[in-house]
Amino acid sequence: MTFTREKDFGTPEKTGETVSLTIDGQPVSVPAGTSIMRAAAMVDTAIPKLCATDSLESFGSCRMCLVEIEGRKGYPASCTTPVAPDMVVRTETDKLRKLRRGVMELYISDHPLDCLTCSANGDCELQDVAGSVGLRDVRFGYEGASHLDGCKDESNPYFTFDPAKCIVCSRCVRACDEVQGTLALTVDGRGFASKISASQDVGFLPSECVSCGACVQACPTSALIENTVIEKGTPDRAVVTTCAYCGVGCTFRAEMRGQDLVRMVPWKEGKANHGHSCVKGRFAWGYAQHRDRILNPMVRDSVDEPWREVSWDEAIARVASEFRRIQNAYGTRAIGGVTSSRCTNEETFLVQKLIRQGFGNNNVDTCARVCHSPTGYGLKTTFGTSAGTQDFDSVEQADVILVIGANPTDGHPVFGSRIKKRLREGAKLIVVDPRRIDLVRSPHIAAAHHLPLRPGTNVALLTAMAHVIVTEGLVNEAYIRERCDTDAYAEWAAFVSEPARSPEAIEDLTGVPAADLRAAARLYATGGNGAIYYGLGVTEHSQGSSTVMAIANLAMATGNVGRPGTGVNPLRGQNNVQGSCDMGSFPHELPGYRHIADSATRALFEQDWAVTLDPEPGLRINNMLDAATDGTFKGIFIQGEDILQSDPNTTHVAAGLAAMECVVVQDLFLNETARYAHVFLPGSTFLEKDGTFTNAERRIQRVRKVMEPKNGPDGKGYADWEVVQRVAQAMGLDWHYTHPAQIMDEIARLTPAFAGVTYDLLEARGSLQWPVNGAAPEGTPTMHADHFVRGKGLFVVTDYVPTDERTGPRFPLLLTTGRILSQYNVGAQTRRTANEAWHAEDRLEIHPLDAENRGIRDGDWVSLRSRAGETTLRALITERVAPGVVYTTFHHPDTQANVITTDFSDWATNCPEYKVTAVQVAPSNGPSEWQMQYRAQAEQSRRIEPAEPAE
Amino acid sequence: MEGTGAMMSTDERLAYMAGQILRNFAVKGQEAAIAATVDHIVQFWDPGMKARAVAMLSDPDAALPEDVRAVFARVQKDSAPA
Ligand code: SF4
Ligand code: SF4
Ligand code: SF4
Ligand code: FES
Repeated sequence: MTFTREKDFGTPEKTGETVSLTIDGQPVSVPAGTSIMRAAAMVDTAIPKLCATDSLESFGSCRMCLVEIEGRKGYPASCTTPVAPDMVVRTETDKLRKLRRGVMELYISDHPLDCLTCSANGDCELQDVAGSVGLRDVRFGYEGASHLDGCKDESNPYFTFDPAKCIVCSRCVRACDEVQGTLALTVDGRGFASKISASQDVGFLPSECVSCGACVQACPTSALIENTVIEKGTPDRAVVTTCAYCGVGCTFRAEMRGQDLVRMVPWKEGKANHGHSCVKGRFAWGYAQHRDRILNPMVRDSVDEPWREVSWDEAIARVASEFRRIQNAYGTRAIGGVTSSRCTNEETFLVQKLIRQGFGNNNVDTCARVCHSPTGYGLKTTFGTSAGTQDFDSVEQADVILVIGANPTDGHPVFGSRIKKRLREGAKLIVVDPRRIDLVRSPHIAAAHHLPLRPGTNVALLTAMAHVIVTEGLVNEAYIRERCDTDAYAEWAAFVSEPARSPEAIEDLTGVPAADLRAAARLYATGGNGAIYYGLGVTEHSQGSSTVMAIANLAMATGNVGRPGTGVNPLRGQNNVQGSCDMGSFPHELPGYRHIADSATRALFEQDWAVTLDPEPGLRINNMLDAATDGTFKGIFIQGEDILQSDPNTTHVAAGLAAMECVVVQDLFLNETARYAHVFLPGSTFLEKDGTFTNAERRIQRVRKVMEPKNGPDGKGYADWEVVQRVAQAMGLDWHYTHPAQIMDEIARLTPAFAGVTYDLLEARGSLQWPVNGAAPEGTPTMHADHFVRGKGLFVVTDYVPTDERTGPRFPLLLTTGRILSQYNVGAQTRRTANEAWHAEDRLEIHPLDAENRGIRDGDWVSLRSRAGETTLRALITERVAPGVVYTTFHHPDTQANVITTDFSDWATNCPEYKVTAVQVAPSNGPSEWQMQYRAQAEQSRRIEPAEPAE
Repeated sequence: MEGTGAMMSTDERLAYMAGQILRNFAVKGQEAAIAATVDHIVQFWDPGMKARAVAMLSDPDAALPEDVRAVFARVQKDSAPA
């Protein structure tokens, strides 16, 4: 692929009746509402433009795009003039050329003419337009040129604003408003003196700006430009790939110079992101080249010894022989593995295949256990499939958006921007969250209702909403009769109608005023299309699965499943949580969510893999650790996960790992878990491999290799799937994949929902939403369209059972945890990028009242103590949290928020209860003893001995 | 459960987990709750966990609540070779 910019049609796409017209003698048919500019671009007539770009509504300020229309006076701007039937348009006449040249002269007289040394040279729209209008001379002189020289804003680590190069087209301002929805930029002053500024001229970094880069992408000149382009020059080729950070699954053009990544530009054709992205995907890819990255395989006999670098052959042989030795000594079920939600579908599929086929047991689990396992259980039980019901575009047709336990503007920023856009268009918002998340109140957006419930009372609150809907007669009876199990409905309706489940009865428990709860329930039931989006604030509870089912009940009762604008949608954390679950990462399920006890499914795999499979479910991660402590589980293969940092109760995890004889970690960095590892297999980044990720909308998208894997002696590296294949071969399995496409073929062969998926089809369609099969050869944007996948939708009675994690005199506060925009999960990648500029440490949010009671001032070090452990961090005093509730993120190993979290977990799936921990907070002098010890031990366990010289 | 979250032994945890599942099904009535819990354990627990649960039945030191004992007894019956 050679480098070309993505085509810019000038104004956004419209849908409407077809209108026919003539442009420069060519007949054109386009949807009504389309601009003349876009219609012309569709027949490859590029009308010069500066202030228009197709990601933004037209503005009509530059007067460059003038055209002549037969029978109309004057020279209308083609970007703001819609087409009309039988219109006759001319885009090139002597008069137009003269007018455009005049406008161009004005622009250029105020613009430095240092094109040759400008970082956008060759990739500048101003340059292009000057060329296309035939500008040869500037009658006004160039005096205006230098009045802004030397005023560059370089505060943002990823891009530079140079006002001298700015033509004040306001594309950046509009991108920030319309696409991102942050409204950080303004045009100050007028005429030649007008200037773009970030939040009243404070500079980009300290401003409201969230560094999404939409303005940089919209800028036609080098006024806003990526620092990497300044450093490396413009790219010469582009490869489309998928972001490896979050479950939105933005697709990007990775723009390259040779093997060097110059910049990531969100792909306009990407169905999940439509040309937008957040700071992580666009800018935070520097970790791929970070010096901390481990590039050689390493082994050691005990975790007290320093690491020894070895060849790939030696490392792989070691893994195979250790695992076989352990199985001979302790039994087939004494080893297991963990798949990664960061790796591709193909890699995840291979790891679970290695375990089921090669290890001969089902001891496979995934980090999705700690985030969305209740989604799988809850949605499968009620609807029949373990996934969200909609595509992201569906939100454009939602009238009421109910966000529960999710913080989309931080956790799923690009989708957060879509929600905001829909809210600015008039949709209503209900937020159920203990904390006042940004969505509750931000520019031009105010939630109709924010229900700040006490952590741990989700089920009670949702059941009370159901109470209102049922007792006030707001249910959609026709829908229920047609699509749901009516007996189960009757039982459920009777249950929720009991007076004990009314909003008034639970007011003290949840802390939510009954009147607000009633109003919110009425709005959801009667406000038109109701769409529910939820996150970890729903799942990471002792009743996570019940909460998911309670949500599903609400949606069914109001008829809000099965068409665009409605639905129940989990917002997934990591990029491939959906995929890793689909691929059979849970110990009781083969790929496609089929129980291991189902002999027909097992037979299918047994035949394909030529083995007999263990029909019993395997161990979950926490049970593997228990078994390790008890001495029955001895070896583990962990791909791309840091369970010591991401799993609850760090002390328990550490004890389990320490009790094992062979811990194998495959990752980019020596993560926390690797402190207990005996073999380290260096991983490859998403830039270094082919494969697919599946995002939160069930959308399967290609990941494409843009550079060679760096992990291996002499630069001879391997993609993660190749390493797993080598381990499998060393353990005697007959695997011979030469490309991930063949793995996908196997997945399709064995999994009905993937039956129609091939790399060729992905290439042709860009992406596919499963199920893709005979009934839906093009994939399925909306699930349960005619009927529920399980047949009849199943109402499940969800009784509120309080968590055993209780506050009391010793631990009077409730801690809940979350994430922020610039960091990702445990932060292994983002901490190794300039994103640290926004979030250098985890802080404890505490209400002013609670802080004052304890003599804590903003910024003070405080100790945070629970029944499980203690850590220290600095306080942030804020009214975002209610009195009695404290909140922190968990991005930094120094904080180790999971030292605090307990072993309590969801009753059905053991998803840990991260969102509720009883704690006490007190002033402190600095890091706790535990943290100091931990740091010392961490350093000790990371020593690497240089390899012995080869003979 | 003041103070026990972090320090359960594996046996205690298994009994605790069974009790927690029971409580979430309790609204169905005791008989149905026991049946649903047994079904859940059969579907989701690995053989080692089931074996431990069953072994607790004959361990005089295991303090099992009556309903949890009933569940484990049923698991034992269901997994006994026919
Ligand atoms: S910074 Fe770029 S996009 Fe913004 S007004 Fe200036 S030239 Fe236009
Ligand atoms: S980077 Fe994003 S948030 Fe920041 S000013 Fe640009 S568009 Fe706005
Ligand atoms: S982190 Fe998520 S929202 Fe940000 S670019 Fe990547 S996929 Fe998109
Ligand atoms: S492009 Fe139409 S007025 Fe600027």
